[in-house]
This record gives sequence, structure tokens and C-alpha cells, in this order.
Amino acid sequence: MSFFAADDLGVSFGGIRAVDGVSFEVDAGQVFTIIGPNGAGKTTIFNLISRIYDPTDGRLTFRDEDITRVPPHEIARRGIARTFQNIELFEHASVLDNLLLGRHAHARPHLLQELLYLPRVRAAERGHREAAEKVIDFLDLQAYRDSLVVNLPYGVRKVVEMGRALCTEPALLLLDEPSSGLSVEETEDMAFWIQDIRALLGITVLMVEHDMSLVGAVSDRVLALNYGRVVACGTCQEVQSHPDVIKAYLGG
Amino acid sequence: MRFAFKTSYDHDLGLFRDPVQRRWYAALLAAVLLLPWAVPDYLSDVSLVFIYGLCGLSLMVLAGFTGLVSLGHAAFLGIGAYAHVFFLQDLGLPWVVSVALAAALTAAAGVLVGLPALRMTGVYLTIATLAFALIIQEVFSRWERVTHGLKGRPVDKPVIFGVSLASDAAFYFLCLALLIGGLWLTANVLRAPTGRAWVAIRDSEIAAQSMGVHLARYKTLAFAYSAALMGAAGALFAHRIGFLAPDIFSVLLSIQFLLMVVVGGLGSLHGAIYGAVFVAMLPVLIAQMRDTTPQWAGHVVGLLGRDAGAAAYLAVDRFVKQPGLEPGIFGLILVLFILFEPLGIYGRWRKIQLLFSTFPLYKRATFRRQKTYMRSERLR
Repeated sequence: MSFFAADDLGVSFGGIRAVDGVSFEVDAGQVFTIIGPNGAGKTTIFNLISRIYDPTDGRLTFRDEDITRVPPHEIARRGIARTFQNIELFEHASVLDNLLLGRHAHARPHLLQELLYLPRVRAAERGHREAAEKVIDFLDLQAYRDSLVVNLPYGVRKVVEMGRALCTEPALLLLDEPSSGLSVEETEDMAFWIQDIRALLGITVLMVEHDMSLVGAVSDRVLALNYGRVVACGTCQEVQSHPDVIKAYLGG
Repeated sequence: MRFAFKTSYDHDLGLFRDPVQRRWYAALLAAVLLLPWAVPDYLSDVSLVFIYGLCGLSLMVLAGFTGLVSLGHAAFLGIGAYAHVFFLQDLGLPWVVSVALAAALTAAAGVLVGLPALRMTGVYLTIATLAFALIIQEVFSRWERVTHGLKGRPVDKPVIFGVSLASDAAFYFLCLALLIGGLWLTANVLRAPTGRAWVAIRDSEIAAQSMGVHLARYKTLAFAYSAALMGAAGALFAHRIGFLAPDIFSVLLSIQFLLMVVVGGLGSLHGAIYGAVFVAMLPVLIAQMRDTTPQWAGHVVGLLGRDAGAAAYLAVDRFVKQPGLEPGIFGLILVLFILFEPLGIYGRWRKIQLLFSTFPLYKRATFRRQKTYMRSERLR
């Protein structure tokens, strides 16, 4: 069995078939990129994986486990974390609190103990803080630790959101357009981080991306989608030169 | 300028930011402990501030931290009050047991109201809580065996472990103790995973869910905890007013609670307390102004001539004795706050603090772009 696999995945919203018979496999340690024109169903696939939508048909397997019907809050506990295209950070909380919330999948909150703030709650908090500090070091976020997210520039928020996902200590990281809204330099930094995430943390990355320079720099395999169907799958070069992909982007 | 120098994670885990802050709170505690000797005539008013503080805390957890705006909190207060009086006076339970049971019962009611909250957001949830409050008020007036209906029901003075707390000062300390207890428990939850999960739900449900937060569980928990605080406040409230009648727990009271957290500052525990001071003391202030303003106006305008002074006295007197003055002033202040200071009194306080802590470097422009609203206000 592969590390992560989507098998004949499909979802319909009324009469619209947003994702139609999509199958792909991601091997452990890969960076796997999904590309495609607007409305091709890329983010929908992410929402299916994080179980925000229910697939109409098909199966999702992750580490030999069927996760097609797992409730959404269980996904993080299984080792899948994600970011969002339009940044869904907790705006009125500090960067540190955002990262600590990323630790929620590892917390075993018990209300009565928390009300009294028993020593074991404090010890657990210290542990979460240490894990969050590792991510802060990894992503160079020291300067922003105590800032509120509302006060941060867009590029930093993007990194914070990735940090929050890393705090869940995932085995599979879903990045939804990590470079959207970033400047050229920030996009280059993003490429380095994605490489580091794979090489140093050993995390498999599944991402949706439009910026072909970033896709080319980091991806092992690329999947092209159009109208919810797979157009091509292979290395970045193979997919980029595939006639159907060119047709999907340029028309004709 | 002041810099925080931290050497251990425990510095961020403590209740207080630094020793300086701890000393300020100690000074505040000393001040409220000495207050009964300083202003013996106003103790009953200050007790109400403390009770409202608990109410503010309750709604702050729900609206300010979890983003679920409720217009039904007067009903929770009523459930707590009636339950306490029923347990205390009809069943003859000890005071402490009675309060605990009342809080537990109100928490159960909170769970019941919280269940539809799992499917509704924003203004629809607010309307559902409003409907709940109206139903509960009807129950209060019909269930005569327990509530004595519209006749109302007198409440005895509290007696704890055989000690009577009938005096204003004793009751003042009782309210203070419960408020501090409530603050402590709430601050503890908020710096633990449960509190962070609440804030996460407020700011982005979808992200909270993807980080492993069980939305249904935490929303229900927020409702239950908020209601339990309200139940405890209700028990004190019953003793404070000494007479329970259904029309006390009206929608207007719920609106006052909401006003409290918005004016105080959504999303901060300080805000709940500032709001309580504001809402509980404003009527006292207005009552005083009713007596003094016409005379002042008379005196000042009287400098121009005797007739003008008398006319001014009469005009101002007639204005301040209008029956709708109080809600009018409340409404005006709420509108002004939302226009100019969305983060309430606490937001303003933070700006003043920043002015002093960064003294020569403060720029007005620091806050120019940042008139942000909490999501609970935007009602998604």
C-alpha cells in the first residue's frame, strides 16, 4: 500500500461534478503538487482530504487506513495538517497562541483539571511550548512570537499558518497555494522551507500551486487537473509539456 | 520603555505578566478589601458591580472568547436565582450546596441551549437564545409552585455555615470572593488548551476543525461553563435584590449584559469587569445627576439673570426626569463605543498603557489602521 492514496475520488454539488474520478498516490517523503486552471477542483480535493466535504464516491487511504469517513477533527490526530488558500489564522490571538493551538491534536484537555490549573496541566503546557518553540526556530518567527496576527503583514501570516500546521507534527502536510500573495523573494524562501520540511522534518508534502517556478523547484511529481478530471500526471517537465495540459491552460 | 526579560517558559504560563503586574493586582485587592470602610454607604451598589462582573465574565466566555453571541443570558441568571431560592428555602439545603446545585442546573440548561448552537451561527443563534429567554420568562411566571409566579418570591439573607451574612459588608465580601473565584477559574481555562480552542472557534471554525478541535464538544462546553457562571451569579443576585419576580429577567437585562461585554471590550477578562462597573454604576450616576444637574444649570445660567436661571432649572429638570433617559444614555454610549472604540474600555486602556510604556516613541498612527472588530461582533 502507498503512503497516501485517493482512489476514484468524486464529489458532486447538485449538478456540478467538482471532482470526478480522481486517483493518485503519494509516496512517503515526496513533494506532490496539484496544478490546474481556476475551478479545476484543486482546493475541493484538499477539502475532501481534510473531510470538510463528504466525497460522493471513492476512497481515501492514509498509512493503510481508510479515512474516507473519519470526522474532520480526527484528521489532524491521524497526522494530516493543512493550510488554507486565504489564510485562516486566529486573528485576535498572538502568533504563539496560534502555534499552540496547532498542538491541540496532541492535547488531552480535561476541563476540571484546567479550571484548577493543576501541575499536570502546567507540565503539558510546557511541553507544548517547547514543541512550538522548535517550529518558531525552524521558521525564524522569533521576532513575531508575541504579535497579534491582525498586525502582521501577509507574507509573515503565510509562514505562521505553515508553522501552525507543522505544530501538529504531521506526517502529511497539505499546502493550499503557499505562494499566493507573496513577493518573488518570499516565494523563493517558501521553496527553501518546503525543501527543508521534507529533508529535515521528513514530512510528505501535498500542495496546490500556480507558480510554476516554485512547482518546478520542489515537486517530485505533478498532477494536472481540469474540470475535476486528471489531465496528466508525472514529473514537472512531463506535465508541463503535455499537450492536454497546454490546451487546458491556453484553450484551443 | 520597559522590556520583558524572560528566562523560562513558566514566565508565560503564570497568571500575571511580571512581578510589577502582580503588585498592581495585590494593590487592587487591598483597595477592594478596604473599600467597606472607605465608602460604607455604597457597598450595596458595589456588590452589584461584583455580581454583574460574574455575569460579564459568563457572557465574555461565550461572546468574547467563543464568538457565540447570546441574548438569553438573563434567563440563565433567572434559572440560577430561582433554583437557588428553591433549593435553599423549599428544600432547606445548605447555602454552599444550593449554589453549587443551582450552577449545575443552569449549566445543564446551557447545554440544552447549546445544542442548536451546533447548527446555527451568527445572528440566527442570537435569535434562538432570545427565543429561549422569552420561553423561560414565561415558565417563571407560570410555574407557580416553585417561582410563586407573578406574585414574586421574597429571598432570605444568606446564612453560610450558621453565620449570617445579612449586613451589607458581609454580603460585599461574599460577592467579592465569588467574583475572584470566577475570575481565577476562567483565567485558568483560558490559558489552557480548552480556552485556546474557544478562541480558535471564534476566529475560524474551519481552521479550528482542521487542527483537531471538536466543534460540537467545545461549543457545548462554552455554553455550559458560561451558564454555570451565570447560575452562581443568579444565586447572589437573588440575595441582592431580595425579591424575585419574572419581569426582572427580561430581554432588557440580557441586552444590558451584552452591552457590558461590548463596552468593556470583547475578548478580554478586564473588559467584563470594566463593563460591569459601567453598567452597574451608570444608573447610580444618573440618579445623582437627576438631583444635582438642574441646580447646577440653574446656577450657571442664573449668572445671566434670575429668570433665565429659573427657566434653565425647569428645562433641565424636566429633561433629566424623562422616564426613558436611562436606556437612551445606555444606547448612546453603546453607539459611540462601536463607532470610536470597537475594543471597548479595555482597548482604550491598552492604548493609554502603550503611551506610557513606550513614552517618547508613541505615535498616534500606531492605531490608525487598526480599528478591527472581533468576529463575534461581525456575526459572520
